[in-house]
Amino acid sequence: MLFSNLSERLQDTLRRLRGKGRLTEKDVDEALREVKLALLEADVNFKVVRIFINRVKERAVGQDVVRSLTPGQMVVKIVHEELTRLMGEKAEKLAVSAQPPTVVLIVGLQGAGKTSTVGKLGGLLKKEGRRPLLVAADIYRPAAIRQLQILGEKAGLPVYSAEGKNPVEIAVGAVARARETNRDYVLIDTAGRLHINEELMGELEEIRQAVNPDEILLVVDAMTGQDAVNVAQSFHEQLALTGLILTKLDSDTRGGAALSIREATGQPIKFVGVGEKMENIEVFHPERLASRILGMGDILSFIEKVESSIKEDQALEMMKRIQKDQFTLEDFLGQLRQMKKLGPLDQLLSMLPGIKPQQLKGVQIDEKEMKHIEAIIQSMTPQERREPQIINASRRRRIARGSGVSVQEVNRLLNQFEQSKKMMKQLANLGKGGLKPRFPF
Amino acid sequence: MGAGIFSRLKAGLAKTKERFIGSLEDVLSFHQQISPELYEELEEVLVSADVGIDTATLLIEKLQERVKKEKPQSTAGIMEYLKEIIIEILSVPPPAALKEAPLAILVVGVNGVGKTTSIAKLADFYQQEGKSGLLVAGDTFRAGAIDQLKVWGERLQIDVIHHQEGADPGAVVFDGMAAANARRTDVVIIDTAGRLHTKVNLMSELKKVHRIVHQNLGSRNLVNLLVLDATTGQNALAQAKTFQEAVGVDGIILTKLDGTAKGGITLAISAQLGLPLVWVGVGEGLGDLRPFVAEEFVEALFS
Repeated sequence: MLFSNLSERLQDTLRRLRGKGRLTEKDVDEALREVKLALLEADVNFKVVRIFINRVKERAVGQDVVRSLTPGQMVVKIVHEELTRLMGEKAEKLAVSAQPPTVVLIVGLQGAGKTSTVGKLGGLLKKEGRRPLLVAADIYRPAAIRQLQILGEKAGLPVYSAEGKNPVEIAVGAVARARETNRDYVLIDTAGRLHINEELMGELEEIRQAVNPDEILLVVDAMTGQDAVNVAQSFHEQLALTGLILTKLDSDTRGGAALSIREATGQPIKFVGVGEKMENIEVFHPERLASRILGMGDILSFIEKVESSIKEDQALEMMKRIQKDQFTLEDFLGQLRQMKKLGPLDQLLSMLPGIKPQQLKGVQIDEKEMKHIEAIIQSMTPQERREPQIINASRRRRIARGSGVSVQEVNRLLNQFEQSKKMMKQLANLGKGGLKPRFPF
Repeated sequence: MGAGIFSRLKAGLAKTKERFIGSLEDVLSFHQQISPELYEELEEVLVSADVGIDTATLLIEKLQERVKKEKPQSTAGIMEYLKEIIIEILSVPPPAALKEAPLAILVVGVNGVGKTTSIAKLADFYQQEGKSGLLVAGDTFRAGAIDQLKVWGERLQIDVIHHQEGADPGAVVFDGMAAANARRTDVVIIDTAGRLHTKVNLMSELKKVHRIVHQNLGSRNLVNLLVLDATTGQNALAQAKTFQEAVGVDGIILTKLDGTAKGGITLAISAQLGLPLVWVGVGEGLGDLRPFVAEEFVEALFS
């Protein structure tokens, strides 16, 4: 298939975009074409994709390219920022009514996961010290009430239901019950319905008028495709939603529907469902989902890491020291610590431009060994770190005791250090000719 | 099947048509000339129907080949080509065993796609055909799932073999198969818990359930049906692939086609995995599960 390996293809394109300075229109267009495909493949509605791409293009053309990023990576960086911004930037909390109880109406299509969500949300509120009442207003699906009762039992929460009553009456009765019994949240589970079913949508409108909810939350399956826009728009137009809940994010879906519903309603995504257990509900982290939708996790974490922990000047300084043969165990330790900040080595290596994932197959870097090395160097005196040649047998024994390793391990480290020093010097001299120093490792 | 089914399918697909082919029609009436823009727009419309980039590209490539070969005078002819190309892809024959009792049907899928409801509709279909039926409540995980199937069983007056919530699904299925064989039931339909295809342990559990069904078939045919939700996007392909690998999928039930979703991903599934669509769900009534017929389906989309 053409795009069987979209992410690989994308990386290739982004790598091809070279050059420095400002982002040209050509850079941006080329990168955005790939981004567009990535978003479509992630189920973002194609109209939303179009709007989004135009917006990013306007922003990106003419921007300076951050040093140590390629133009392609720079475009991805802008795309990611824009995506995150669009998704709401920060986690949004559930409303609290000045006059309890806070009434929360849960709505959505069939099978989106409303009943499970009501149970989970109840559990979450209870953990926060609230006293929610769960309300079974789905009188249509066989055993839906029973399902909520079981979930209520598991969460240790009361469930309100009323046989023979219609959903509007049930909602009204539940709010009254909550007042009587001093419950501060009322979570109303409603029957799944199609957004184009006028009769059932009318019923929700009646419930809304009868109990005036503080929150009306639309539950959407994260695996939803292009239609998410139509669904969210219809529900929003008819009910004025206050928020969204995205379920089944524990699947491998990229979750582009989130962007579509956010764009269609302008309402924040408040919670996400991430599993079948009661506690598998989380507040929404826009940045995380933005990365997932874009599906360029590796490039994104590379950009982030470059920005947060590697300073180019530092690297240059290091290079000079290596060239002058002044590289010491202290520098070595400093580099190790930087490495640790950067995360697992093999992951980092795989992020470097020019290295293809397949080249790294079989490369395993032992994190535990890194820890040992750190401990060994820390057990040395400053002088020993600067002049490792003074480390004699008795010093070796002391260092081994101090770091809790064997003398052999200390020996091995010292040998490795000498070897890598030599290797780095060669590399550094090679780089003198104009090759840009990146990671001396 | 009479004209009744056709019109009902058409009614159910009316909204689907509006957004899917309706806009294809727009595209084709807008463009008088065959141009790269026309193909691009057609591709976009297909993507907007959840067909997916791969399959949309494939369809457009096939269309371009046809156009090159047959040189139609106008864009109107293109519609017919596209229709034929889609029908060809969707014309994977359904499993023959579905018509041969005694039969066991294992119904699988992710959470919330409509497995239990589809089972009720299937049971009703076979009952209408005069076959005896038995339901097995293999979803012992979801709260209320057993009760849900029992309610359907009462409505249809079909026995439901069940244990209690939290029981071993393998044990229920064993009992279910034993009961079906002892009673010489024509069609035994087995419900399973919804499971995300990404949950390795739950997929292994399904393999075990499948094995038990398989070992206790007696003289029965076994058909594994995967239920997919028409509103699902590209992930449906991953679902189909994973369930296919785990237990083997013989056919697809596509539910919730009465909404505005296009269910275009099934095109990708037929094109890439060669799996047949067997049934489509076009409403909430018992009679709203319809045998899938490619020509009718596409005809209803285009008319």
